[in-house]
Amino acid sequence: MSAAVWASGLRKRYRRRTAVDDVSFSVARGELMGLLGPNGAGKTTVIKMLLGLVRPDAGEVMLLGRPARDPASRARVGYLPELFRYQPWLTAAEVLGLHVRLAGLTVPDAERRECLGTVGLADRAGDRVGGFSKGMQQRLGLAVALVARPEFVVLDEPTSALDPLGRADVRDLLLSLKERGVAVLLNSHLIGEVERVCDRVLILDRGRVAAAGTLPELLGGRELRLRLDEVSSDAERRLKEVGELTCTGEEYTVALRDPEVIPDLVADLVALGVRVHAVEPGRVSLEERLLGILRAGGER
Amino acid sequence: MSVRVILTIARLTLQEAARRRVLRSLAVLTVLLLAVSAWGFSRIDAEFGDLTSGEARLAAAMVLNLVMFGLSLIAALGTAFLAGPTLAGEIESGIALAVLGRPVRRAAILLGKWLGLVVFGTGFVAAAGLALLLIVRGTAGYWPPEPVTGLALLAGQAVALLTLALLLSTAISPMASGIVAVGLFGATWVAGVVGNVGVALANPGIERIGTVSQVLLPTDGLWRGAMRCFQDPSLFAQFGQAFEAHPFLSIAPLTVPYLLWSLLWVLIVLALAGVAFQRRDL
Ligand SMILES: Nc1ncnc2c1ncn2[C@@H]1O[C@H](COP(=O)(O)OP(=O)(O)OP(=O)(O)O)[C@@H](O)[C@H]1O
Ligand SMILES: [Mg+2]
Repeated sequence: MSAAVWASGLRKRYRRRTAVDDVSFSVARGELMGLLGPNGAGKTTVIKMLLGLVRPDAGEVMLLGRPARDPASRARVGYLPELFRYQPWLTAAEVLGLHVRLAGLTVPDAERRECLGTVGLADRAGDRVGGFSKGMQQRLGLAVALVARPEFVVLDEPTSALDPLGRADVRDLLLSLKERGVAVLLNSHLIGEVERVCDRVLILDRGRVAAAGTLPELLGGRELRLRLDEVSSDAERRLKEVGELTCTGEEYTVALRDPEVIPDLVADLVALGVRVHAVEPGRVSLEERLLGILRAGGER
Repeated sequence: MSVRVILTIARLTLQEAARRRVLRSLAVLTVLLLAVSAWGFSRIDAEFGDLTSGEARLAAAMVLNLVMFGLSLIAALGTAFLAGPTLAGEIESGIALAVLGRPVRRAAILLGKWLGLVVFGTGFVAAAGLALLLIVRGTAGYWPPEPVTGLALLAGQAVALLTLALLLSTAISPMASGIVAVGLFGATWVAGVVGNVGVALANPGIERIGTVSQVLLPTDGLWRGAMRCFQDPSLFAQFGQAFEAHPFLSIAPLTVPYLLWSLLWVLIVLALAGVAFQRRDL
């Protein structure tokens, strides 16, 4: 089956400013892909080019197996824009009805109501959107993105206006989409959110792809955090044997090559007279990794 | 291009017009205008009772055209200020993003909006114009010779202006597009009056100002054609020189080529709007 989206060599300039420069990637069917990067990296511009909202200066996009130039390629795509607004003079239910009609589908009333229910707006279906709070409008936007039985959902910062509960709801929603085999492209500044649900991550920086890959690929091996006291030079040498060591005060961090060595290491440290206060297995967080990539990029 | 999308958007545009304040302000203005004209016509009837019926009819035709002008102004302002924000405003606010993320052609969205606005403008002109004509008949006993053609031309004027406003709104901000459209409308009207002065003075240079502006933006030409439909032809024979250079009386009938040009003009402007909208980054 064709990819949910396949983009190659995308470029976009706004006057003298290059917003997107030679970006290529693809999202497989049923895959959850995170899109990360600092403000102004070009994430929203890439998304808009995928959906035909911005004309790329160069490059090619295939959406669900069709060239994105053809509007019909968006028939099974759901989109929540970063700058979301919906016709304020319509009710929430009418907005969903409009989008269903524009998508060329017939979706039964019950299914639409259920869709509003999943974003927590079941009891506001008959209210004008103009009176909605920002977070409620974003919830409505999620319902709009999901209502036309999409096979590919593009969410541009879907939780920017949501309360903590709403964010948790979105996380569950993303996981349920994954279960149903719906592909998702998720742009978010909440790295924890991306790390928890995404299969793969694409990091943009100043219009270019700074890194891309699955989470294990990007995050590499595991690490071990220890809080130690009375560390002799012998003990330090023993620590360095298992991996690269960094220490600040009592906090020692070793990048493990092999997690199997932990019990032996701890036993040896105790034998060497080290007082062990804490041993924590850890993983390089996506946040640390992202900051590392962006800082390295900034120095160049 | 999908008829379903065009009709959906046309319906949405009408719904917007009905639910937003535009319609209420239009209704209030129209009712005010109709009330004032009802009072005015009853005064004409009372004051001119002892004059020859020709003079009374001339006054009635003049005032009818004056009020019709007010009506066409309301229609023009209403549709221009509806047309401008509907596209530019939606692009600015982000409403357009979600709609255009659907499997729809931009041209279909534009056509739908245009269609909705045309129905709205035409409906308004038909309803308010008919009400006005009935008021005139009730109060002054005057019935114009070609009411249907006249109202159709007035509707045509509104359509020309809203199409222009739609084109402008693909390029400039919501309010600006409404204001520029109405400004151009006013400018051609003034140019039309100036051109008439040229006719009266037999000065071809000044006359050309009116002609050229009526070709560039056909609203004034259509308006003059409409005026002619509302005035009794016998008046012209009786009061020939009163018509010269008069902003609310018209001598020349509309020619078929001019009507065809107006139609073509609307199509060209609509096509330009389509191209501009298609190329626009959102
Ligand atoms: N309509 C526009 N006109 C001019 N420049 C633009 C336009 N849209 C985007 N840009 C520029 O393109 C670059 C990328 O913008 P974009 O909105 O894609 O960033 P982003 O990665 O989504 O940022 P954020 O995280 O803040 O949402 C920025 O430098 C921005 O100034
Ligand atoms: Mg963005």
